[in-house]
Amino acid sequence: MSTVLAVLRKDLRLELRTFETLPAMALFSLSTFVIFHFGFNQAAIAGQLAAGVLTVTLLFAALLGAGRLFVAEREQGGFDAFLLAPVDRNALLVAKAVAMFIFLAVLEVIAVPAFGLLLLGPPLGPRLPGLIAVLALADLGLAVIGTFVSAIAIQTRARDLIAPIIGLPLLIPALIGTARAAGPLLAAHGSGSPPTKWIAILALYDVVFALIAYAVFDYLLED
Amino acid sequence: MTTFGRGLRTLVLATVLTIIVALALVFFYAPLDADQGFIQKIFYLHVPLAIVSLCGFVFGGLLAIGHLRTRNRAWDMRSYVAIHMALIFGVGGLITGSIWAKASWGHWWDWSDPTLTSFLIVLLLFATYQPLRFSIEDPERQARYASVFAVVAAAFVPLNFIAVRLAQQFVHPRILTLGGGNLPGSMRLTFLVSLLGMALLYATLWKYEMTAKNARIQVRRLRRSLLGDDSVRPLGRSAAPS
Repeated sequence: MSTVLAVLRKDLRLELRTFETLPAMALFSLSTFVIFHFGFNQAAIAGQLAAGVLTVTLLFAALLGAGRLFVAEREQGGFDAFLLAPVDRNALLVAKAVAMFIFLAVLEVIAVPAFGLLLLGPPLGPRLPGLIAVLALADLGLAVIGTFVSAIAIQTRARDLIAPIIGLPLLIPALIGTARAAGPLLAAHGSGSPPTKWIAILALYDVVFALIAYAVFDYLLED
Repeated sequence: MTTFGRGLRTLVLATVLTIIVALALVFFYAPLDADQGFIQKIFYLHVPLAIVSLCGFVFGGLLAIGHLRTRNRAWDMRSYVAIHMALIFGVGGLITGSIWAKASWGHWWDWSDPTLTSFLIVLLLFATYQPLRFSIEDPERQARYASVFAVVAAAFVPLNFIAVRLAQQFVHPRILTLGGGNLPGSMRLTFLVSLLGMALLYATLWKYEMTAKNARIQVRRLRRSLLGDDSVRPLGRSAAPS
């Protein structure tokens, strides 16, 4: 546990000092909203379309962030140092996933209001509690799969290519769950609560992949 | 000295026989479908291809667990060949499914069919297996990472089917369910024989590729020990285990 906290503290401090990943993710999201505005040629969108735009934007921003997750470890020899230390290797997975979750939460603090301001037709306020619940579950899946895919990709030659091509198909069930859960929320006359079925599927996805990633992460580290 | 092709001839004969019987049943025994007519017979090719392919992906994942547990690279090769063959079967299944969709629904692609859609997603995921392998140079690490990927992707197969199935509001009638479905007896018999033939074909091709790979490795080893290291060309970077 202390290992998780140590690595997490290191990652957050690194991000606070360099401001490298988060601003890039936020700028990427804003640009994507602008692009969707011109792509659809619509001033305001609602319902399933809005949910899709929000989910896809967050998904790509997450992949962008995941690509940076292990770069410092690789460039500065952090992997070797971590392997030399007598600690549980899964601590690295947990710490990175928590860091990724925090990045995504901060990103959404910026991106979701911007989305409400720029693209969303119906007012955001009453929909916010339901949306936060959906996005929290989505972030969990994005953080776990993002960390896992990034840990695989960082050791490959074409790592900028490998992470998205593996990550996108793996995240499709999470994308379906998030978009379908958020769709009724963002509808013009939608109810304030997301559909339970999709919340359950998202939760199932998160649990299953968190367990699988925890089980196999060991094998990605040894050398 | 080991012989790798043991049992291969029996397997080939069984496969050829079963497929001939299956084709005979498809064309001379199974009744014509009342709605779709002759084109419905692609069902006996398409569904077995898809089922065998999905089972092949999961099979590859299970073999990869063997590699992760034992550290024996032979398991990695088995897993690689299983996924490689399943990919080929999967592409076949997708193409035949598309033809069937065009004939019976009028579109080459139908998003409202959950099985077709989830099959595409699984295929997209497993299509990254080869690029992932190719992009890792160290053979030991390549094997390890590919195994980890195969395990996760195999676990992804059922979960993906659940998610996509639930995502469709309008679901086509299930022709084949675990409870036996609503297929008339003669069609079911034909289908089961076709499925068996396709599974045997998969097993044969899997064994055949394993035999070829093992034989090639052994020839290299023998050449090197008899003629020296210069006699074999250095292996290029490859996605296949060697």
